[in-house]
Amino acid sequence: MSSNSIAKPFDNREQFNLVIVGHVDHGKSTVIGRLLSDTNSLPDGKLEAVRERCRRNSKPFEYAFLLDALKDEQEQGITIDSARCFFKSGNRDYIITDAPGHVEFLRNMITGASRADAALLVIDAAEGVMENSRRHGFILSLLGIRQVSVLVNKMDLVKYDLKVLEKIKEEFGAFLEKIGVKPASFIPICAREGENIVRRAEWHDGKTVLEQINDFSAHEELDNKPFRLPIQGVYKFTEEDDQRRIFAGNVETGTASIGDDVIFYPSKKKTKIASIEVFSAKEKKTISAGEAVGVTLADELYVRPGEIMTKSSDISPRVGTRLRVQLFWMGRSPMIKGKRYKLKIASSRTSTFLSSIEKVLDASDFSMSFAKSQIDRHDVATCVIESIRPISFDLPTEIAGTGRLVIVDRYEIAGAGIVLGGAMDSKSIFDEHVEKREERWETSELTSEQRALRFGHKPKFILITGRNEERSKRIGMMLEARLFDEDYHVYYLGIANLDFGMDQDVEEKEEERAERIRRLGELSRIMTDSGQIFITAIGELDPHEIRIIRKLNAPGEILVVSLSQDSDTVSEADINLNENDDEVNSIRKICERLSIEKVIEDYVI
Amino acid sequence: MVVGTSREPRMRFAYWKEKMIQNHLDRLEARSVHILREAYREFKQLCMLWSIGKDSTVLLWLTRKAFFGHVPFPLVHIDTAFKIPEMIEYRDRLAREWKLNMIFGTNKTALDEKQTFPDGNVNRIMCCKFLKTEALKRTLSGEGERYRMNHSTGKYEIDMNKEPYTGVIVGARADEEGSRSKERYFSPRDRESEWDIAEQPPELWNQYKTDFAPGTHLRIHPLLDWTELNIWEYIERESIPIVSLYFDRGDGKRYRSLGCAPCTQPVESTAKNVHEIVEELRSGKFSRIAERSGRAQDKEDSGGLETLRREGYM
Repeated sequence: MSSNSIAKPFDNREQFNLVIVGHVDHGKSTVIGRLLSDTNSLPDGKLEAVRERCRRNSKPFEYAFLLDALKDEQEQGITIDSARCFFKSGNRDYIITDAPGHVEFLRNMITGASRADAALLVIDAAEGVMENSRRHGFILSLLGIRQVSVLVNKMDLVKYDLKVLEKIKEEFGAFLEKIGVKPASFIPICAREGENIVRRAEWHDGKTVLEQINDFSAHEELDNKPFRLPIQGVYKFTEEDDQRRIFAGNVETGTASIGDDVIFYPSKKKTKIASIEVFSAKEKKTISAGEAVGVTLADELYVRPGEIMTKSSDISPRVGTRLRVQLFWMGRSPMIKGKRYKLKIASSRTSTFLSSIEKVLDASDFSMSFAKSQIDRHDVATCVIESIRPISFDLPTEIAGTGRLVIVDRYEIAGAGIVLGGAMDSKSIFDEHVEKREERWETSELTSEQRALRFGHKPKFILITGRNEERSKRIGMMLEARLFDEDYHVYYLGIANLDFGMDQDVEEKEEERAERIRRLGELSRIMTDSGQIFITAIGELDPHEIRIIRKLNAPGEILVVSLSQDSDTVSEADINLNENDDEVNSIRKICERLSIEKVIEDYVI
Repeated sequence: MVVGTSREPRMRFAYWKEKMIQNHLDRLEARSVHILREAYREFKQLCMLWSIGKDSTVLLWLTRKAFFGHVPFPLVHIDTAFKIPEMIEYRDRLAREWKLNMIFGTNKTALDEKQTFPDGNVNRIMCCKFLKTEALKRTLSGEGERYRMNHSTGKYEIDMNKEPYTGVIVGARADEEGSRSKERYFSPRDRESEWDIAEQPPELWNQYKTDFAPGTHLRIHPLLDWTELNIWEYIERESIPIVSLYFDRGDGKRYRSLGCAPCTQPVESTAKNVHEIVEELRSGKFSRIAERSGRAQDKEDSGGLETLRREGYM
């Protein structure tokens, strides 16, 4: 073991992600091969080994082969996936990503480009601007990459005619301007000969590629923006005798310190930061952008992963269920209305639906369509999506990390995009659904009045919710027994019976919780229609979930009984039971309420 | 990630110099921790492979950072029976000290039948396939016997849990060799643990692909962006205990990469501690020589490691 000293000269070294994009065969891999080779960044013997392999296979040596590490890729001669390589220049460690140019592998190109600090877009001087050159330019803009340099390659093929460069500059420059990308430079190069990559050719007096990338500016200042900490996990390792309840995540922007007042969104729960937790590191009083952190809170709040912690003194994020977004679709199947997708923004995941399509842009020829009813592969759409829970977000122009999103179709990331803003409220998907469902509700000859007369009581759905699920269940079961004794038609549903039955196809993931809630709501509609008193007990529901169940149960009657401490849940419930009340007393309160509402006859102890 | 407006070059330099940039190790650490927490959030049947080498030991350390001193999933080691003895001693010492949920597995059949390279019955590639790839597959699936450390006795016992691990966290780095530079942070393998390179799902920003059809096996690579030098710099900064085989202990030799004794050769080096290794990698004799140059199986055929990796080698 050595001492803990850090070599000083390396403290200011930074990592810089650079992506190279462009149409297939325009020379991306050659540019990278040259950059590595001409900056002496290759391991000893690597260049010779590749030359030797080419000689053995009687193939002319190409710098691109340096990157073609995989067998099948060499056979096809195209980059299938984004390959990364590393080199140093000045005080930067560069990670260069070679993004595939082939349209089939666009999703790989996006993977490579999404994390880049800057991009080089390669265009073949002889072939000129191709469909993919434009498409890649557009994707860079959508991904939020603002630093771009265009490399006009294979200048030898046009006999170093600078008019060709000017023509591409004019045509492509105008296109880039339209989509909000201001290129830092257009550099004429001949990558095969290494001209203007590291070494400046005599016919060129502008920047070389290496000079250009060294000139790209580093990372955006994020500390002075509003504080955003998307919660990734809430940890409590009690079995290892650790009583801390730690809220963990990576700080997107801003700073926060111990004692600061914080608010979680979308739940709007308020507290203070009690401590900042670290392992094997110096004590911390402040957390800031880019750090992976953990904090404990002054109050015992029930906050789920996916919420965003913000500072009361900072501008708050937006909250809504309907978002207007710009979306690039990569999925094999189109995005359609009526299908459930998963929306991921920062650390939140919720179910979402396509609500309406404003316009669809064909990214290659820039033609616009206003009449499409679905979003096809490689379309760029401006559309409205609706999530089934409120989500919090920012505009990407203000905070990138909480303003961009991906859409998951079944198991695949099928769409990627940015939030343009909240969308005007229209009827929610639940309201619309309930309306349609009730229009088509099939009734029998029997009326609910007839049932009530026979049963001697009115139907009711009694939903008991609280953090102490065991206690809620006990109350539910005792209530069932009590009402049964009085000859009422009552049924207590153990929620586990759904988990392993009706809900067994629902995955055990946080975002699937909404689906379980929805099904419970639908079931309660049927059970109350049958005239019964239907009881169930469930863990802590948040106010939004209670409202959803109310909507789905309608026109059935519901009584929400809360054993919660949470003030928001309490305000959404019909009865709040004191946690210290004994169970008999709790049941008495519920029965009194049922009696007041004339669900059951006068209740006498 | 998104870059703001460009500044005057001189201003920018001063800006760096003062305090703008987090140390590059902090950035790497923050991303790796994020990936580890994401894996823990999304996957139930999770384990981490610990080869005892420097990379997976850094991964273990990052896990303790991510979960504030805890390691909330089992560590799995594949014991080929030909590992250098110091490696096993070191593994068990840390497992006890850090109270790790430590599991090892092995290919008992191949060892009993002496289907190994040191026994002279198969070549190096086949030996790796039997003792590592096969052993790993069977240990992960639960078909093979798992041995779990009982912390009250300090001894290994046959693990009764036969549940398959479907998410496996591994310490692969993109700079190690060609095929690893195309990995994703979350990379699906099919049931046979094979890797379909052309059909990899997209990964954007810090939104990883975390949805998989039931039965999918997953490799998670939190160290993908780290270089060999970053690993040693981090070991130095964090004072992470590392197996002593990496250091010159007086004979002018040390291991740069650890594997089985018969197939891993030490390199000529007089680096006696972490700091000297960092110096050696930054500007010394190894600054331009590939790390796995001491691993014989890579040379067996031109795409040795790639072939192994497609079949599930780590």
